Amino acid sequence: MKELIEKLRAKAIEELASSDDIEALRIKYLGKKGELTALLRGMGSVSPEERPKIGQMVNEMREYLEQAIDKKKTELAEAALEAKLAAQTLDVTVPGKEIPVGRRHPLAQTERTMRDVFVGLGFTVAEGPEVEYDYYNFEALNLPKNHPARDTQDTFYITDNILLRSQTSPVQVRVMENKKPPIRIISPGRVYRADPADASHSPIFHQLEGLCVDKGITMSDLKGVLELFAKRMFGENTRVRFRPHHFPFTEPSAEVDVSCFVCGGKGCRLCKGEGWIEILGAGMVHPFVLSNCGIDPEEYSGFAFGVGIERVAMITLGIDDMRLLYENDERFLSQF
Amino acid sequence: MVLSRNWLRDFVDTSDINIKDFCDRMTDTGSKVENYTVVGSEIDNVRVGLIKKIEQHPDAERLVICQVDCGEKTIQIVTAAKNVFEGAYVPVCYCPADEKRVAKLADGTEIKTGKLRGALSEGMFCSIAELGLTTHDMPNAPTDGILILNDLSPVAGQDIKELLMMNDEAVEFEITPNRPDCLSVIGLAREAAASFERKLTIPTPKVKECGDDIKKYLSVKISDNEKCFRYSARVVKNVKIEPSPLWLRMRLRASGVRPINNIVDITNYVMLEYGQPMHAFDYKCLSGSAIDVRTAAQDEIFYTLDSQERKLSSDMLVIADSEKPVAIAGVMGGQNSEITDETKTVVFESAMFLGSSVRITAKKLGMRTESSSRFEKGLDTEGTEAALERACELVNMLGAGEVVSGVIDVYPSKKEVATVKFEPDKINAFLGFDLSRSAMVKILESLHFKVILDRVIVPSYRDDVRCMNDIAEEVVRIYGYNKIESSSVVSAMTQGGLSDKQKFRDRVHELLTGAGLDEIYTFSFMSARLYDKAGLAADDIRRKSLEIMNPFGEDTKTIRTTALPSMLEVLDTNCARSVGSAALYELGKVFIPREGVVTNTHGLEGTLPDERQHITIGLYKSGDFYTLKGMIDNVLAHSGIEARYAANKENPTFHPGRCADVTTADGKYIGTFGELHPTVAKNYTFDAPVYVGEFDFETIWECSNTKRTYHALPKFPATTRDFSFVCDEALEVGAIEDAMRKSNVSALESITLFDVYRGERLGSGKKSVSFSVKLRANDRTLTVEEADKFVKKILASVEHFCGITIRQ
Repeated sequence: MKELIEKLRAKAIEELASSDDIEALRIKYLGKKGELTALLRGMGSVSPEERPKIGQMVNEMREYLEQAIDKKKTELAEAALEAKLAAQTLDVTVPGKEIPVGRRHPLAQTERTMRDVFVGLGFTVAEGPEVEYDYYNFEALNLPKNHPARDTQDTFYITDNILLRSQTSPVQVRVMENKKPPIRIISPGRVYRADPADASHSPIFHQLEGLCVDKGITMSDLKGVLELFAKRMFGENTRVRFRPHHFPFTEPSAEVDVSCFVCGGKGCRLCKGEGWIEILGAGMVHPFVLSNCGIDPEEYSGFAFGVGIERVAMITLGIDDMRLLYENDERFLSQF
Repeated sequence: MVLSRNWLRDFVDTSDINIKDFCDRMTDTGSKVENYTVVGSEIDNVRVGLIKKIEQHPDAERLVICQVDCGEKTIQIVTAAKNVFEGAYVPVCYCPADEKRVAKLADGTEIKTGKLRGALSEGMFCSIAELGLTTHDMPNAPTDGILILNDLSPVAGQDIKELLMMNDEAVEFEITPNRPDCLSVIGLAREAAASFERKLTIPTPKVKECGDDIKKYLSVKISDNEKCFRYSARVVKNVKIEPSPLWLRMRLRASGVRPINNIVDITNYVMLEYGQPMHAFDYKCLSGSAIDVRTAAQDEIFYTLDSQERKLSSDMLVIADSEKPVAIAGVMGGQNSEITDETKTVVFESAMFLGSSVRITAKKLGMRTESSSRFEKGLDTEGTEAALERACELVNMLGAGEVVSGVIDVYPSKKEVATVKFEPDKINAFLGFDLSRSAMVKILESLHFKVILDRVIVPSYRDDVRCMNDIAEEVVRIYGYNKIESSSVVSAMTQGGLSDKQKFRDRVHELLTGAGLDEIYTFSFMSARLYDKAGLAADDIRRKSLEIMNPFGEDTKTIRTTALPSMLEVLDTNCARSVGSAALYELGKVFIPREGVVTNTHGLEGTLPDERQHITIGLYKSGDFYTLKGMIDNVLAHSGIEARYAANKENPTFHPGRCADVTTADGKYIGTFGELHPTVAKNYTFDAPVYVGEFDFETIWECSNTKRTYHALPKFPATTRDFSFVCDEALEVGAIEDAMRKSNVSALESITLFDVYRGERLGSGKKSVSFSVKLRANDRTLTVEEADKFVKKILASVEHFCGITIRQ
């Protein structure tokens, strides 16, 4: 009997190893009419003292077979899954599906970055008309008719009295006429000058103007704000340099340079070896402009500044021809 | 303004400061340096040589061999020049054979030792052109021969640049319009003296008069004393017209002015030195020995020095004799009184005219001159006489003639001295620094302001200084802008941020870029021809546009009322460049003319247009009609606008069967979009259908409702029923949907179109349209019977309004 069990065990192990039809094997050995069951039926011929021992052997055998079959089952399932997954292998180097994502224009992106800096500093965004009265564009800004400084801005006129604004400064006047200090605004927008288009000029371009009016505003405040702006725009190590200049609507006036963010001030191609890049004009609001807008210059003072958005976009993005910004070639737009 | 540093040295000595430091400091104190050049720096190793001996070249008929004393060495030079002679001093490219010297000419050409037909030549003789000079600079020099230097007291071996006074540094300044006083050597000398804390010396010109009496020669009357404040004149007789001396010519040259002759050069020299434009008349051409400063007769014809005919108008100021104008005041002299080689007696004019009048005159005549561009900025009325005296002093120095005794100086009302209150504390507070009163006074005095008690006396040439801010600027620019500390706290807190409309606009940009569109920026002006090109009807109201009075040309004349033509141009550019595909949008302004509406508080003449922002979308090989519709639908849905679409068969820009108008539910027009009409498309290079649309952002904003509140999620399941209808092709899907909604079934939650089928089985002109309809009640699960009842009602409504029943 013992030998029979051992034989059956050896046969079962062999068949289990060589066959994949687990269910058939299970029925063959463990089924109601299976071989192990048949073996149990032959217990009658075993002596009573051996019976428990044989019974235990048969049970061990059954347990063993059940486990082996389960194990084999799991192995087979895993192998099958592996084979299936292997068949589903993708070429991961095939390009991903194109998800159409549009982009803001590089000028819009630049304006947005600048706007965010100033909004964070408590500035609101003011807007004004692009077709504007001569009065707001010039006269109220201390540039009466036939003032020679008008020559520095060749202007497109609609009538003798109405023009395409040559600067965003008229918005300052409109704001000050309608709002009492404290005033803290920026005014980004489109301006027009009769300059034919070339690599560095365009008859239409964009400025971002800033204005801050309150009691006790000083030139130190102007420097502080512009320094902060420069650091946010061009990097923490950026330094700011003021050079005296003249604008009819500010006094004192300054041209403002930032240290070159490419070479850090050592001199390179971008800054033409100067170490500095001119990016904006600024100054303390002229008392004449304040009183023109109904603000008492004895009580209030303020600063103003203007940045060319094209200029900042071109230097930060490395664009070498302004005309690219208005051609709208899709291959250009999709780079940013 | 180009400044010769040699010239500057007459008034202030900064010669120990190198050019770079000089320029940097001048820029820092407010005189911006554009660039500088070291005059003559391109010429190297050219020196004075004395020709000792000339022999015929043995092997070349046209060449001679010269032995030339060049100071330390005598060298041999072979030349073909004809005007050389023994004893001539000439410029020599000095390249002795035993040294490895290279000489350089003005144009960069390098000269070395060489052999000419076998004879050693250790350099070359130079003509004026090779030294970068012209006959204006060297009036007696031959243009096709060697420059002979014998008149100039030369020394063999001397550097040629030294002999010809070419060693100079020319600094070009960008002078802002408020500082016309700096358009002069003396003006910049004042700035330099203050900037470098150096002593300034301005000698008072001394004139040697020859007797006689100017009153016998000339009388001056100012008829228009609003346009002319002062007129000073002197007469010079026995004038000998000849070239100016070398030093004067070289200073003019370094300043960028061409020497002409002694009298003309003197007027230019004084203008550059004092900033005061001068004019010289030929006395014999002045009828009646009288000068009248008056306005011109209307349409009077006048020939200016440049031989141009000018038609004058009655607001233009002229200098006239008893019969005719002889100069346009402050702009240009007349041909009729020009200085010529025969001129014997000269009248020097040094006058002051009203800036705006000179500016208007010059502008009207289209002739801005050096003189007019100075006058228009406003010059120093107190300065006419000193300039006049300086001119006559130069006449003495140059021996150009004899100065007749006496000065005519008509100066009806003397200019008042301007003063400004001196408030050091206020200046400190305003600038945000702390400078002592005495430090401020020192700076102001270095700029020739005087401080007396609490008043600052402004120099007569500084009309730009009128208030505390101006004084503050004077102080801070010399003290140093960059010494101002930056503050980190700026006054009271303010609430920054965007307006609701600005936020909404940002959101629309996000939606459009999110739809895969790239943003474009196009010009607000364009050619009116683009309206035709885009297919606008002849009577389209959008053709009524503002126009620019002074455009560059047709292309920049018309201010757009629609942004569609700009979009089409951009799509066209992309298509022509074979870009492949483009999906673009713009959110830009259009300008709709308005009339008779007061839009300002100052009573200003004229009405500003209605500036409206429009969204334009353009698709080239990036989708179809329904792609574009989906994009705008998305924007409108996010804006909380229930949009209505209606076919538009009339718009000539679009395909008559593929164009729609969009409106709000209550009929407000938002925009139009569709496929570009194939005929219009022929105006462009498109090789595929193009889809474009233009939508009014302002209307979208006004009708938008972006406020969102929570709706409870449904608690009960929905019942979905699908139906198909067979109908005529002409019946719009929208009409069937409307009909379903008009059933007023409250449980009707949504209608979704899922199929439109056309096929032979249906017959031509028919289509099958399939919808999925979702029914739901808030308070219960609908029973099958209830759902059937609702469906029946919905179908009845469709049958009633559209005359169709579901497909069996």
